[in-house]
Amino acid sequence: MLFAAVVAIIVTMGLALIRACLGPTAYDRMLATNMVGTKAVLLIAVGGHALGWSGYADIALLYAMINFISSIAVMRFFEYQKTLPSQEDE
Amino acid sequence: MDTLLNFLSASCFLIGGFLCITGGVGLLRFPDFFTRVHAAGVTETLATPLLITGIILNQPDLSLDSIKLLMIMLIVLATNPTASHAMTKAALHGGLVPFTRSKGDAEKEAKKQTSQKNSSETGGDISTP
Amino acid sequence: MHYLILILVLYLFWLLLSGHLTLFFLSLGLISVLLIAWLQHRMDQIDREPALLKITLKLFRYAGWLSWNVLLSNIDVVRRIWDPKLPIDPVWERLDIHVKSAREKTLYANSITLTPGTLTTDIKDDHFLIHTLTPEGMKQLREGEMEKQIKRLRI
Repeated sequence: MLFAAVVAIIVTMGLALIRACLGPTAYDRMLATNMVGTKAVLLIAVGGHALGWSGYADIALLYAMINFISSIAVMRFFEYQKTLPSQEDE
Repeated sequence: MDTLLNFLSASCFLIGGFLCITGGVGLLRFPDFFTRVHAAGVTETLATPLLITGIILNQPDLSLDSIKLLMIMLIVLATNPTASHAMTKAALHGGLVPFTRSKGDAEKEAKKQTSQKNSSETGGDISTP
Repeated sequence: MHYLILILVLYLFWLLLSGHLTLFFLSLGLISVLLIAWLQHRMDQIDREPALLKITLKLFRYAGWLSWNVLLSNIDVVRRIWDPKLPIDPVWERLDIHVKSAREKTLYANSITLTPGTLTTDIKDDHFLIHTLTPEGMKQLREGEMEKQIKRLRI
């Protein structure tokens, strides 16, 4: 069953990557990237448990925090990159 | 007892994996950005707790790792709404308007809101101190 | 007083994460916890609102109620994703809110976003802008069951 879960997570990451390539807007791509990040946390946790690594939980915990901060940072960047030129026009 | 735990963790893994794929399919099938956020929410609010519960049940005994896994679950659940909110807010500021099938009150409301937003653009924004 | 609580909680957190009980690791933990408490003290001089969340039994009851709702709406959204006809009808409307404090608003908006099918897109003084996958989700929010639960918490 662990194997099935790992395969499902990898398939989901593939689907999200397709959306990231297709995505009409930058926001779609960022949403897909955020989802790949969350799935990477799960992949580290499930895969690490399946392979019997020690200390996989620490890595997954760290990755969960970094994923959140990076997606917030990129979204703030897009927000102001888009709004600043329109304010200059006015 | 042991077989029961194994069965429970196996079903957690199966349902969690299915939900993951569901979220991915939804991300591909839904028509616009705002509906795709809902699809991504499915994978993050139910699939993550299920998979992590599966790992915790699959471990031979409770250890520090179980507590760390619980923390991962709490962090993902607590940060996911904030991240989606930041994304939708950035999309709204970027000028994306949600796709709605039924024209009517919603459309009017949307127009009013966007015009309001444009007028208040210079007045500053709540979330930016 | 609340710096003492902060230091104790952070040190407990450190012990949970490290799991080593040698003098070297314990002192490293103490140094980093004190550093964070000092940073927190510096930041409190800008942010006047003390951020002490009262953890009560009611909060846990609310968490249970919320997870049950999240489960129900998850099933609904999953059914819609796999339906070949894709029966969605997105709605984007304003929702008037009656909660006042910033903390209640944060909890309310985050609870709405956590539930699949409903999404807070913007927060204003007296209303939220809500995007829902179906009109039924919007109707459920307008009934205000979640808001009543949050008001009852009195945080």
